[in-house]
Amino acid sequence: MNDQAHDSASRPTMYRRPMPLGWWLQNGAYFRFVVRELTSVFVGFFAVLSILQVRALGQGSEGYARFVERLDTPAFIVLNSVALVAVLYHAITWFNLTPTIVVIRIGEKRVPGWAIASAHYVGCAVLSGVVAWILLGN
Amino acid sequence: MADTITLDVARYRPGDDSEPTFQSYEVPYREDWVVLDALNYVKDQLDGSLTYRWSCRMGVCGSCGMMVDGTPTLTCAVPLSDYVPGPIRIEPLQFFPVVRDLVVDISDFLPKLQKVQPWIIRDEEKPIADGEHLQTPAQLESYKQFSMCINCMLCYSACPVVGLEPDFIGPAAIALAQRYNLDSRDQGAAGRMEVLDEHEGMWGCTFVGECTEVCPKNVDPAGAIQLYKAASATNWFKSILLPRGSK
Repeated sequence: MNDQAHDSASRPTMYRRPMPLGWWLQNGAYFRFVVRELTSVFVGFFAVLSILQVRALGQGSEGYARFVERLDTPAFIVLNSVALVAVLYHAITWFNLTPTIVVIRIGEKRVPGWAIASAHYVGCAVLSGVVAWILLGN
Repeated sequence: MADTITLDVARYRPGDDSEPTFQSYEVPYREDWVVLDALNYVKDQLDGSLTYRWSCRMGVCGSCGMMVDGTPTLTCAVPLSDYVPGPIRIEPLQFFPVVRDLVVDISDFLPKLQKVQPWIIRDEEKPIADGEHLQTPAQLESYKQFSMCINCMLCYSACPVVGLEPDFIGPAAIALAQRYNLDSRDQGAAGRMEVLDEHEGMWGCTFVGECTEVCPKNVDPAGAIQLYKAASATNWFKSILLPRGSK
């Protein structure tokens, strides 16, 4: 940015508006974007929780029972509920963005965006169904 | 329907003002007017000192971009009726230095644009006698969307990353790089990838997506950048999995 020196030499100063701290509150789109980014923290939380769950499984049935007992407290239930909402928001907003990222052509025609987004929702539903069947069905 | 509509216009007089202030103008309301027509009325009838850029009045030159009610907008392309009953707040494009009133300085953009080499690059030029490089309609279609960019800067003004990181090369430049990469006549994709495969290049983009929302030409710069990221990630995986075959 050497134009500041240029400014003072040949023309009056330009006005540079500083980026306000609350830029992300300026409009709905920025706000939804920042919320989407922040909800990734809860995605990380669920990932860590899953790793701890596997570790607890490795400690035998007693260790796993202790782990489940700890999760069955009001604080953890509230935390998990908030995390679930955040992760759903994260997943839905990303699924809705997939048509921009994934470009598939069949012959000369581009597969429409709704089909790509729908494929993600269907894939998620099928996988969730399989997990639910393993957990609840057996 | 009201006969008039109010414009609240940002004014900045370098040397006199330390920061922009707003000035209100009451202009006739006409259904067949666009926002730029109302500004031209102010300039011609009410206040000749108001400074702004415009030229073609038909969405081609890309010079009349301004913030209208907080959104980057091509003022020749939006009817006044979209903003009834008003008042309409008109400001210079955000994230750019303001030269005067509604005129911004885009000189930071020009070297960025040049950096992505937005022209057809050939390893070896074929002799003119061999004729033109032919293209099928399908080959044209693959890059046509990205070639519609008019450099109006609305996408830069919609992108908070541009505001936060002034070195970010930005949406239009990356979309234009993609335009040439996808052109069957071009052979410069590898060179452009070197420029863009860095933090100030495509990886600065956090996919806010507003560049695509405000684009008056449906160029979809956000899409271009994500395609670029996918190509770069694919190259990286290939170089890991096929260390010999990737180059």
